[in-house]
Amino acid sequence: MTELNSLIVPEESSYLNCIRCGLCLAVCPTYREHLTEAASPRGRVALARKGLEGKLDLTPNLIEQMYSCMACMACSDLCPVGIKPADLAVDMRYVQEQRKPSVWKKALFGWLIPKPGRMEGATLPLRLYQGLGIRKLVYALRLTSIFPRQIRDLEAMLPKQPTRTLRQTLPVVTPARGKENYRVGFFLGCAQNLMFAEESAAAVRVMARNGCTVITPRQTVCCGMPAKGYGRHDLVLAQAKENIALFEKSDLTVIVTDCATCGSTLKEYGDLLKNDPAWAERAHAFSQKVKDVSEFLAQIPLEKPLGRIDARVTYHDPCHLRRGQHVFQQPRNLLKQIDGLDFVELPEADWCCGSAGSQLITHYETSTKILERKMDNLQRTGAEIIASGCPGCQMQLKAGIQKRGWKIQVVHPIALLDQAYEAKNGQNDH
Amino acid sequence: MDKTIIEKLVKAVGRQGVLSTPEDLAVYSYDGTFSEGLPGVVVLPSTTDQVSAVVKIAAEACIPIVPRGMGSGLAAGSVPLPGGSIVLCLTRMNRILEIDTENAVVRLKAGVVTADLQAAVEQVGLFYPPDPSSIRHSTIGGNVACNAGGPRCLKYGVTGDYVMGLTVVLADGTILRTGQKTIKDVTGYDLNALFTGSEGTLGIVTEVLLRLVAKPSHAQTALAEFTSLDDASKTVNAILTAGIVPATLELLDQTALICVEEAMHLGLKTDIEAALLIETDGADLQAVQREIQEAGRISTENGARAVTVAQTEAERSSLWKARRSVSAALGRKAPNKLGEDITVPRSAIPSVVQKLREISAKYGLPIVIFGHAGDGNLHPNILFDRRDPDQWRRVEQMVAEEFEVSLAAGGTLSGEHGVGVLKQPYLEKALGPISIRLQRQIKQALDPQNIMNRGKIFPA
Repeated sequence: MTELNSLIVPEESSYLNCIRCGLCLAVCPTYREHLTEAASPRGRVALARKGLEGKLDLTPNLIEQMYSCMACMACSDLCPVGIKPADLAVDMRYVQEQRKPSVWKKALFGWLIPKPGRMEGATLPLRLYQGLGIRKLVYALRLTSIFPRQIRDLEAMLPKQPTRTLRQTLPVVTPARGKENYRVGFFLGCAQNLMFAEESAAAVRVMARNGCTVITPRQTVCCGMPAKGYGRHDLVLAQAKENIALFEKSDLTVIVTDCATCGSTLKEYGDLLKNDPAWAERAHAFSQKVKDVSEFLAQIPLEKPLGRIDARVTYHDPCHLRRGQHVFQQPRNLLKQIDGLDFVELPEADWCCGSAGSQLITHYETSTKILERKMDNLQRTGAEIIASGCPGCQMQLKAGIQKRGWKIQVVHPIALLDQAYEAKNGQNDH
Repeated sequence: MDKTIIEKLVKAVGRQGVLSTPEDLAVYSYDGTFSEGLPGVVVLPSTTDQVSAVVKIAAEACIPIVPRGMGSGLAAGSVPLPGGSIVLCLTRMNRILEIDTENAVVRLKAGVVTADLQAAVEQVGLFYPPDPSSIRHSTIGGNVACNAGGPRCLKYGVTGDYVMGLTVVLADGTILRTGQKTIKDVTGYDLNALFTGSEGTLGIVTEVLLRLVAKPSHAQTALAEFTSLDDASKTVNAILTAGIVPATLELLDQTALICVEEAMHLGLKTDIEAALLIETDGADLQAVQREIQEAGRISTENGARAVTVAQTEAERSSLWKARRSVSAALGRKAPNKLGEDITVPRSAIPSVVQKLREISAKYGLPIVIFGHAGDGNLHPNILFDRRDPDQWRRVEQMVAEEFEVSLAAGGTLSGEHGVGVLKQPYLEKALGPISIRLQRQIKQALDPQNIMNRGKIFPA
């Protein structure tokens, strides 16, 4: 396999010391559904190693095993040797893209997704679908019943679309209410901007209420995670540099995002560009400033929310927050500050929900099975609301809940905090 | 593998249950060791009848069958030998069939993960004590096949002490059922004991009936730190001869502590030569506390620098997390490790530990020592790089010497991992010719074609 010599391939240290103990099998969502070795982290490491050492061809089937990984990082977190099977699986996708680039990926991740304006144009039909009342019509006529199963689930995932995206409505500068204690740069993620505008608006309100002047640059580009997930690590670098340069323009104490995935990616910029002399220092400085919104709010003094939320609430750990950023106590603590809120822990709260970006589209069967496990656990809590600070998780959870015909609400934890702040005279909003 | 055989297998277990791509074969070529061997085909049955059908196909064509669970074995017992065998993976037979609280027994399929079994019975106040470090990534079928042990076996005994009945698919595909829900049974030979620990060479265990005990309501865990490894190993006997039977009494040497601390960041001391992890358990909190304090006092008397008792469940579980991660954490130090599980009469532990250190010094490769010191079961792990032929040659000599040390001390080759392939060269020396002849006759009687895990325990 001389051809691999000219490519950027994972370092030997990323697989060499795997002693095949099998600890990772216990925590792998795909292994626990399939119960086959190829669907396990140990299996993926073995396949990657054999592929890179030339003992196996990099066949479509081998590469598919790399794509079937949810990249939830439960294995990487656990491995006592320090192997990161989830990272290796994603890096193998890049190897394949260097060997046989897919044209559509260049168009999608290189042209469309990085530019919010283009994305807003492309998703306009979705907003019209809801805005013009077509969705209501479809439901009223029970037209979803004629959709294939997978399309029906995807339709159910679709959050209520804002008619205008947040980028179009949110001011660049939202002044602090009262004294300005912090200057916060708000990184508005693509999914938040397009699908969860209300939640990000809520996050900005909560920060402004607590002494933050929030600056939301309009020209942010995609954090890069979708491109990386599809093996275009090369495209991430350009996106990283654009975002770093953009936020350097303002004098900021901290850069906050309310998207778990964006946060974990932005925090990696420093590492990503560490070998680029022109950018290493700037990227490091940028990443050091990045905080998830719950992580940031947990470390500043907060005004006590006066409104009540009388509901049983549970919390699902997004992989990119729990393992990507080691943030898990903060959102729980924030929720517990709300009067009336009955917090109940979700069993296996940090087990992947099966969303993993677009796995419901690309790996429908596995993604659905993993989601069922999550729903079984959710049922045990008796919760009326499930909070989770990740748009991908939220959409996935929503699909699972709708499928079971439940009335459970899916929200961002900070949206609940905002609700408690905004509720007048402490009255219950529920 | 021959196409007609694959077609027959597909007919027996369905297309979903037969794997034969190069990628699938590659990932079923290994277990928890460095050994590798490609299978001819991989079959994942869902029922005992399907296992029986597969064995009949194999018997007819005289193809070896390698049974396998989650592949955590440490003796290469489920690694296929060259020549094209059928790997029979039982992970999809993973249902708990019955928890009988009145008789305190559980009946389950072979592919149930041992930790899942424990969690299920603990929910109804019962307890399945055997706890190999692989509880979360090994199956009960594999535990029975290797007669798995674990830390708690000091007080509670090994897997075989809990086996009351088995469903076994024999080498001609017939289905044998042994035992029933009775504590006592001397009707005929003890076939449960025969199949337990037979490493799949006599038949394939597909269903297990296990005895359970009441869940101990209290446990106390302590960590004793020693600046001298010798002091630590002497303390083991001092505690046990004082009339205390801890649930566990585990030894970890300095390298083991360093590796775990690097991996887990639990705040373990790494400037000491050894630590003992001691746990007492029972129904009476005061008795449990008294025993742990007594064990702590004896440790201090024997040179422990400090003894810390875990105050919360979180502290306790972090100590156990540390212990269970030792074996794998050694991977941080070298690309390969070879872990043995020699077991000696516990009075011999101090002298055996000393001799292991001498072997390490003599060959210039590290031997990490940890294990279930309380029952004399030690895990000397040699760290090396298999790509270096000189290192590998030294490793082979070191292993031979380790076994000599164990046998000379009145011990055995394996306490809980089994013989598999890796320990075969030393088997005759450990057992003697008469025992070997008798065991070969048993194998011949049950598996005349030699298709059940051919070449394991005894060379092909």
